[in-house]
Amino acid sequence: MAKLPTPDELSKINYKPPEKRWVNTPAEFKDGFWCFGTRPKYLQAVDMPNPREWKPIEDDWKLPENWKEIFLEGFAERLKKYRSFRLFMDICVRCGACADKCHFFLGTGDPKNMPVLRAELLRSVYRNYFTTSGKLLGKLAGAREITFDVLRELWYYAFQCTECRRCSVFCPYGIDTAEITIICRELLNLLGLNTDWTMGPVANCYRTGNHLGLEPHTIKSIIESMVEDIETITGIKIEPTFNRKGAEILFITPSGDLFGDPGTYTCMGYMMLFHELGLNYTWSTLAAEGGNFGLFTSNEMAKKLAYKIYAEAKRLKVKWILGGECGHMWRVWNQYLETWHGPTDFLETPVSPITGTKFDYTSSLKAVHIAEFTADLIKHGKLNLNPSRNDYLKVTFHDSCNTARGMGIFEEPRHIIRNVCNHFYEMPENTIREQTFCCGSGSGLNAGENMELRMRGGFPRANAVKHVHKHYGINMLANICAIDRAALKPLMDYWVPGVEVCGVHELVGNALVMKGEKERTTTLRSEPLPEKEAKENV
Amino acid sequence: MPTLEFEGKTYDVDEEGYLNDWQVWSEPLAGQMAKLDGLELSDAHWDVIRFLRDYFQKYQIAPMIKILVKEIAKTMGPEKGNTKYLYELYPAGPAKQACRYAGLPKPTGCV
Repeated sequence: MAKLPTPDELSKINYKPPEKRWVNTPAEFKDGFWCFGTRPKYLQAVDMPNPREWKPIEDDWKLPENWKEIFLEGFAERLKKYRSFRLFMDICVRCGACADKCHFFLGTGDPKNMPVLRAELLRSVYRNYFTTSGKLLGKLAGAREITFDVLRELWYYAFQCTECRRCSVFCPYGIDTAEITIICRELLNLLGLNTDWTMGPVANCYRTGNHLGLEPHTIKSIIESMVEDIETITGIKIEPTFNRKGAEILFITPSGDLFGDPGTYTCMGYMMLFHELGLNYTWSTLAAEGGNFGLFTSNEMAKKLAYKIYAEAKRLKVKWILGGECGHMWRVWNQYLETWHGPTDFLETPVSPITGTKFDYTSSLKAVHIAEFTADLIKHGKLNLNPSRNDYLKVTFHDSCNTARGMGIFEEPRHIIRNVCNHFYEMPENTIREQTFCCGSGSGLNAGENMELRMRGGFPRANAVKHVHKHYGINMLANICAIDRAALKPLMDYWVPGVEVCGVHELVGNALVMKGEKERTTTLRSEPLPEKEAKENV
Repeated sequence: MPTLEFEGKTYDVDEEGYLNDWQVWSEPLAGQMAKLDGLELSDAHWDVIRFLRDYFQKYQIAPMIKILVKEIAKTMGPEKGNTKYLYELYPAGPAKQACRYAGLPKPTGCV
């Protein structure tokens, strides 16, 4: 595997563009920038085209003979199907407002990571085959044919975009460059050109209902292990239920919360909160996944993987869905679900059983984000909180791209953090809320082999954390997305050592004073509470 | 597809050297993988590998570190039930290195 340069080496970013024009500068595959190609077994599992062994770095991608035809037919089909795509292909005036807004451009200095140019890679092909000027004038009109070199370039840069949509915030035309990447990846998928790290979870999810491929008894055993830990820490035995028909609420969270630290601590936080509220909820072992790597594959695959959650809600006859701290789950639900499946008429508009708040805005999806749910509890004074238990932390909040730009959740997590922690500081304003910088590893780029790209893409985010680390002594980066929890940890270790990463509900779990609990001596991480330790040492 | 040759047999592995099929695994093969990394497997290493294999057979996935640590503590005592001990045994990370020797696939998703 490619050796990761030191932070010092990596921070010397070269912004000087190549001497030749971009069309005459073929993509050079750099180690540490690209992910392994999909293994055939994953494509076979979901019946996707062209399963075979292939290596992105090799010259023979083992494409079908008529690959150009397939690509262009797919292109034409999507132009017809998605008006937004056709519009985005046509209307860019190349003003460049987006150019320096992309974390991958800022971290790599590669002009093809300017959103305008990344889109131009595909637009140039569009012009050649689908516009009159391009057909007649060719190169003069900025058109080019699809060749193997162009295909390689499209692949290399489609997987150097995290579909975070920061660029779209600054586009005067409102072009959603992420949608261009999404369609570009769809076209590549017609030829079997995906990454192993994305397709593995897709295949797993298709079979088991979650990305990790956790079987029902495995999910149960993992949650029971967390129940043991919660009992050790609080003295309280929680009894979660699984696949329980007639429960009021179905709780869905990314499977990463069941498996990887620090997501598991966030998960313990959810369970402690629900127990304290006496919430009538159930886990599902058949739809134990909020995330949807289908979104990073194709619209059809995202659609196939998404509906299991609603099918499960219907089967269990719950009233509504409570969603955990997940990012792209909400993008899928808010932006696509209703188009795919129509309104959800078999569930009820969510009402918090504790506060009576009716979440009207989700009258179509019938799903509430846990940050909204908990913020509402706090607003109504329903939780007994002791924020001083988090006094050893100086916290800042990273807005996750999808919950921020995809659904405008800005205040709720901050309201929670301010109530469960005494030390909260914001990063600079052009790096948070709708202008938040991506973790650099979203949209299925959180693999191991592309670590240099991830560290470069995460550089602007890390830089903002470094700023508050230096000025306020920030030592905890809170967020509400499972990819963030997995991806920000190595990012911090690399750029800002000394800053840990957590979900917001881990902070809630620490501060929550539960009825009948024993005196807490440790955090949810089973580490001694610093002030307790200090007292004992006196 | 990358392969690993051992005792006249060819094993399919992924780009990072993880076995494609956990069922073709054998103890000598694990020893060979470690040897290629310049590591001699001690009884302590084997304890972890055997636990991983048992867990995988039961749950079809490698255990997360937290569960691994807890189980090692239960069966081998609290002095060994910590992340530090596991990292001393497997410097490249128990999840990655030990799983590879145990012939298990690498977990994927938001992890």
